Amino acid sequence: MTGTLTEKILSRASGKTVSPGDVIEAKTDIVAFHDLTGYHVIEVMEKANMMKIFDKAKIVVAFDHLAPPPDVRSAEIQGNIRKFVKEMKLPNFHDINVGILHELLIEQYALPGQVIVAADSHTTTSGAVGAFAQGMGASDVAAAVITGKTWLVVPQPFKVTLKGSPGKWINGKDVALELLGKFKADYFNGMSIEVHVENPKAFPMDYRATVSNMGIEMNADALMFIPDVETKDYIKTMRGKEVELVTPDSGAKYSDEYTIELDKLEPLVAAPYSVDNVKTAREESKVPVDQVYIGSCTNGRLSDFRIASEILKGKKVKTRCIAIPSSYTMFKQAMELGYIEDLVNAGCVVTYGTCGPCLGGHFGVAGPGEVIVSTSSRNFRGRMGSNEAKVYLSGPSVAAASAATGYITDPRDLQ
Amino acid sequence: MMVEGPVLKYGDKIDTDIIIPARHLKYTDPAYLAQHAMEPLDPEFYKKASKGVVIVAGKVFGMGSSREQAAIALKAAGVKAVIAESFARIFYRNCINNGLPLIVLPNATREINEGDVVKINVETGEITVNGRVLKGKGITGMALDILKSGGIMEYLKKVSA
Repeated sequence: MTGTLTEKILSRASGKTVSPGDVIEAKTDIVAFHDLTGYHVIEVMEKANMMKIFDKAKIVVAFDHLAPPPDVRSAEIQGNIRKFVKEMKLPNFHDINVGILHELLIEQYALPGQVIVAADSHTTTSGAVGAFAQGMGASDVAAAVITGKTWLVVPQPFKVTLKGSPGKWINGKDVALELLGKFKADYFNGMSIEVHVENPKAFPMDYRATVSNMGIEMNADALMFIPDVETKDYIKTMRGKEVELVTPDSGAKYSDEYTIELDKLEPLVAAPYSVDNVKTAREESKVPVDQVYIGSCTNGRLSDFRIASEILKGKKVKTRCIAIPSSYTMFKQAMELGYIEDLVNAGCVVTYGTCGPCLGGHFGVAGPGEVIVSTSSRNFRGRMGSNEAKVYLSGPSVAAASAATGYITDPRDLQ
Repeated sequence: MMVEGPVLKYGDKIDTDIIIPARHLKYTDPAYLAQHAMEPLDPEFYKKASKGVVIVAGKVFGMGSSREQAAIALKAAGVKAVIAESFARIFYRNCINNGLPLIVLPNATREINEGDVVKINVETGEITVNGRVLKGKGITGMALDILKSGGIMEYLKKVSA
């Protein structure tokens, strides 16, 4: 047998043996949307007069982009979706107090080997548990909601191997930025990246979710971690459920491959205005910072707040600092472990379960000329607010260290 | 399917936050979105595009978010087609669903200049410009069927009828 994880998942989902380049119709195991795209999905269904749902149990809806609503139109959008959810009797609905869609998908729903389609580009996040997960626009998601199927092109498989163990201040973001800096944002277009972790416990699910999340920034069709003992343990811990692992065949053929030695990675940042404008944090250490954001579907998980609290405990922030765990579960765990208290004592503003300032909507929109260090996924011009703001992307260690000093800071350089 | 128009030219990695900033995503009205197309790069874009234009750009045009408003805004502003060296996957699908043809042409930004008038065969991918014919990758197969149907929902109605 020579199937990659991509080929095995898409062969099952399409009912035939697939190869890269094939155009297929795949069955979808989960179809999801959030508030900011969900109303558009419903509009498309209404306009076509096709108010049908293929399987209510397989639809997931979460409010995150506009949670809690920053203005009247946002409240109206959420109200319309609530009405739809009620009329259609959708069981998997998560209002403003539960979490960011992609975080909820990996905590509660996504399984190895599934095909997941959602109306948000960061749907690649569910690749962390070994699902083939793609973001799509409102029309394509509406079609999947109705039929339980989607058309897609089978991508070229590319293998990444993670060797060794990351250093104390290194996490998933540094791996994602390493790939972006090395290959640039267009290289993986039309490919699915399959990541093999040689030492599964050295690269836990939080880190994996960050890398899969950033798969869309690499323009990859999917970024999946090959399921292993960490996948099994994570799902068992979060849901009390034993899962079957789907893995590539031993003779799987990849179009190319690349190895990252985790021990050698340094804390990285992506400088404005591109995700692939990657530098070491030390190279940018003279840049003064106005605001730090620790959160988002990219880096809003327990380990991110553990790292942030370790750095900020007993200190006072020298920038504005906004900290937003990505779900109620993450928030509650961070609270029980004392991380939230440490951050609040340091002067951070804390809430949970919203995308917050990531897309410039609310909770800390960037002003003209401001410099932001953010653990989110995009530093495009205007992304977090003003076109004249500058966003540096980093992992939680650089973000927290920068909040502590007021300058972009490699955590190894903290006194 | 033939499309013709003067070229507005851009570089690599034109992302969806450039094409339509997130603050406009609470609406889907094409006329509203058109006025804000490409706003961060060029607030006058909708005026320039209103007579019908073809965008020529570099790599991964449309990278970033899944917002279908990116396709809606460009089309409503007057963009008749986009020729780029490569496209982001989600944006490509959104354009197919909203009747905006896309042609992949390696070296597009070297072969075509701002202000050139291009004539495009959407299916064969042939682009006629300054008396030369460039061979791009047109829209074929299922994507073409969806484009011709007027989007995925109309396509579904057709195939299930």
